[in-house]
Formats: sequence, C-alpha cells, structure tokens
Amino acid sequence: MSTATATAGTARAGRRRGLPAPVLGLAGLLALVAVLEVLPRTGVVDPRFLPPFGDMMAALAAELGSGEFWTALGATVRGWAIGLAIAVVAGVVLGIVIGSVPLLRAATSSTIEFLRPIPSVALIPLAVLLFGTSPESTLLLVVYASFWQVLVQVLYGVADVDPIADETARSFRFGPWARVRHVLWPTALPYVFTGVRLAASVALVLAVTAELVIGAPGLGKSIAVAQTSGAVPLMYALIAVTGLLGVGINLAARIFERRSLAWHQSVRGEVPA
Amino acid sequence: MKRVAYVLGLPVVLFAAWYLLSAGSESFYAPPLSKILESFGKTWTLDRFTADVVPSLLRLTAGYAVAAVLGVAAGVIIGLNRWVRATIEPVLEFFRAVPPPVLVPVIILFAGIGDGMKVIVIAFGCVWPVLLNTVEGVRAVDSIQIDTARAYGITGPARIGRVILPAASPQIAAGLRQALSIAIILMVISEMFAASNGLGFTIVQFQRSFAIPEMWSGIILLGLLGFVLSLLFRLAEGRALRWYHGLREAQRRS
Repeated sequence: MSTATATAGTARAGRRRGLPAPVLGLAGLLALVAVLEVLPRTGVVDPRFLPPFGDMMAALAAELGSGEFWTALGATVRGWAIGLAIAVVAGVVLGIVIGSVPLLRAATSSTIEFLRPIPSVALIPLAVLLFGTSPESTLLLVVYASFWQVLVQVLYGVADVDPIADETARSFRFGPWARVRHVLWPTALPYVFTGVRLAASVALVLAVTAELVIGAPGLGKSIAVAQTSGAVPLMYALIAVTGLLGVGINLAARIFERRSLAWHQSVRGEVPA
Repeated sequence: MKRVAYVLGLPVVLFAAWYLLSAGSESFYAPPLSKILESFGKTWTLDRFTADVVPSLLRLTAGYAVAAVLGVAAGVIIGLNRWVRATIEPVLEFFRAVPPPVLVPVIILFAGIGDGMKVIVIAFGCVWPVLLNTVEGVRAVDSIQIDTARAYGITGPARIGRVILPAASPQIAAGLRQALSIAIILMVISEMFAASNGLGFTIVQFQRSFAIPEMWSGIILLGLLGFVLSLLFRLAEGRALRWYHGLREAQRRS
C-alpha cells in the first residue's frame, strides 16, 4: 500500500539553497548515462556483457524503425490493459458485494488471506498447458496477480464507510443501489485508486514476465530472442523500454488519481498521509 | 466456535467442491484432486525436499537478506541527504519501474547460471521496494524527534540506530513485505530459466514431461510456501512493531 506514496512530494526537496531538484535529477540521469558509456569503453566491464550506452541507443533507434518492435510493444500494452481492466472490474464488483454483506465478508476472509500470497508465477506451467504461447497465457497471469491488489483495497475501502452516513442514508430511505452509489462509492474511491495504481504496475511486471518465460508475443519475448541470439545492445535497449513503460504507467496512474480525487481530503489536505 | 466455522467454512466447501467435481474428471489437464493429493505425497518426499526445496529456500533467504541490508543502508543515506536524494531519485524511479524478471538475462551474462546468479537476481529485484520505502520512512521522521535528539547530544551511530531507524521501521517493514513476494517470484523465475534443481525447475520439468498431477502438486506446494512465508513475516512484523500497532490502536480510540 505504501510503494506509490513513495516519491509523492519529492518536488519540495532541495529547494532551499543551491540547485533545484529537477536540475539535480537530470544530473543524476546524465551521470548514469556517462557511467554506462565509460565503464565498457575503458574496459572496466567487458563490453560484450555491458555495451556502451551509445551502442544501446543505436540498437534502439534501428529497432524503432522496424514494425516488429511496435507490434511487440502493442502486444505487451494490450495484454496489460485488457488484463488490468478485467481485474479492476472483477475486483471492484466482488469487493463491493463481499464487503457490504457482513456474512460474506466473515466467510471469505480466510480464503482471501490464503489465496492472496500465492505467487502468480506458480500458475505459469498451468497457463502454458492451457493456452500455450498465445496471449491468453499472459492474460491469465496478469488478471490473477492484479485482481488481489484491487479486491483487497476495495474491501478496506468498504470497511471504511462511516456508519453514521450509512444510517442517515438508510433513514432517508435510500435503496441499496443509491447507498452504494452515494455513500459507499465515494468513500471507497480513494482505496479503489490505490488498488488500481498498485495493480497497474504489478500487471506490467506479470505481462512482461509471462512473455519472457512462456514466449507469448510481446516485449518480453523480444528480450528473450535478443538474449538467445546474442544481440546484447538490443537486449539492454528493450529492457530500458520496459522500464520507461513502467515509469510512464506509474506517472499516468498518479496523475489520473490526483485529477479524479481532487475533491478528496487525501489529495486536498496539507498533510500527505 | 462461530469464528472457527467462518474461518474454515469456505475453504472446506471449496476443497470439497474441487474434490467432488474433479472426482470423475477425464480431462488430461485437470486430473481428479484425489490423484493430485496422492502424487503430492509421492512427489514431495524428504529426499525431494532436501534436493529441491531447501536449495530454493536458501537462495531466497540469501538474496532477500542481501537486499534488506543494502536497501536499508542505502535508504538511510539517501533519505538523510537531500542532495543525494534529489540527484538519484529519477534513476531510482527508473530502476524500480523495470520489471525485475527481465533482469534475469542480463545477470546471466555477468554471473553465469549458478547459484550466484539466482541470489543476485533475487537481491536486485528486492532491493528497490526496501530502498524506496526506507527513504520515505527516513524522510518522514518527526522533525521534533530529530531536534530533541540533537538537543540531547545524540549524534552519529546512536542517532541512526536509536532515533531514525526505529521511527522509520513501520515503513521499512512495508517495503520488506513487498520485497518478500517479489523474492518468491524471482526465485521461481530464475530457476525456470536455468537451473539443475529447485522448485521452479522441478515444476517446469513436470510440465514439460506432461506429468500433470505432479505439476499440480508443485503448484500447490508453491502456493503453500507463499502462504507460510507471508504468515511468518506477519508474525515477525507483529512482534517487532508491537509498539507501533499499539500506538496506532491507542490513537484511533482517542
């Protein structure tokens, strides 16, 4: 729950004196690039294992021109998006149903606690048997892994509903649907977003992993192919692309959350929790 | 009595349903549960345990321990120093966003395919959540606490050990908990890539040789392992952070 609260509010850092944080951050990135260029060039690290940064970029540039790269990227993003969407819808619906019926909640909690920590990679052999190397294997793993993140957060959110607000709504004769819509949903929304944000990054990890290990089409498979064919600079370039994709997803999730929850205490408030 | 019924009710029902529904199963991929359980007993004997499960767990422990030590140490340094933090933050964000399993091919280049590779893979993947959470935890230490410590002349190692680390420990524990599930994933993945023993290797081996009941028993074992490890972590965390949970409880009541 706390991964993504990390780095919120880092913009304030380093403002009091000297260089502003963005400049320092840029310097840090440039230093990383310089290290990647210098180490192999000077022979400290074997260039066969770690090619200079320039070579990686050249390989990436060549790759950007090929349709194959974009197909792979598209396949990864599609697997990620569809899997995430299924997991979010299923997680939210089940979470609200289970969370608002005390009996269901009590009866399912032990099962959820047991199923949640099961590592999703345990399902890899099963996915291979059922779907082979088709995109469905990726989907199975992505959905399984991200579903729990959403479900657990929604359950927390539903438990957080103010009983007075709920009883007030009842005494005003709100029906079950209206109570879900006007009382439960606004309370649970921040938790839903936390769940979605966590699930988004988990889903990317699982999408790439499934492609890498199973060989379903996508960036992960391209990395595996580059590795086996000894195209080391390309392999690094593709890994960097997955990293950038991850950064992009994290940023997008955070911005989306801030926008949609602009009214909420946690975003408005002065004290970041 | 009622609580026990709630805790055990659904699992028993699900288990029974699986058992009964699969009892007459002719499907090759979904054999009857009775057969899976039978092969579970036959497959995971003591020999198998020492040959495959123990090496896996040793790698897991080694990689996890390295990641925890490195992550906390680097996190304290970065968290205490605003300059270092501003400089290194984007780089860390990038490394955290790289899906850890794609590092397996890179680390194979450097470290071969031995035990060292697996430990490095696990350590490299687990270090980021620990590191970033430690940084956040250290940053969020109450400034009054720090000033008070300074006023009493608590500096150097004592300041880190007695003021900063305890104050950051709930956040560090959150990082360690995330790292644990990543560690299990990476243990399995690294063994699926290249290994001659270990849980991941064995399960893939069963799948490739179409030993389906054995494969299912492996999946169940892996699930149990994940469950037990997270249970152990929760117990350890509950003990170590007893003061914190008590404090939270007290704050909530007041």
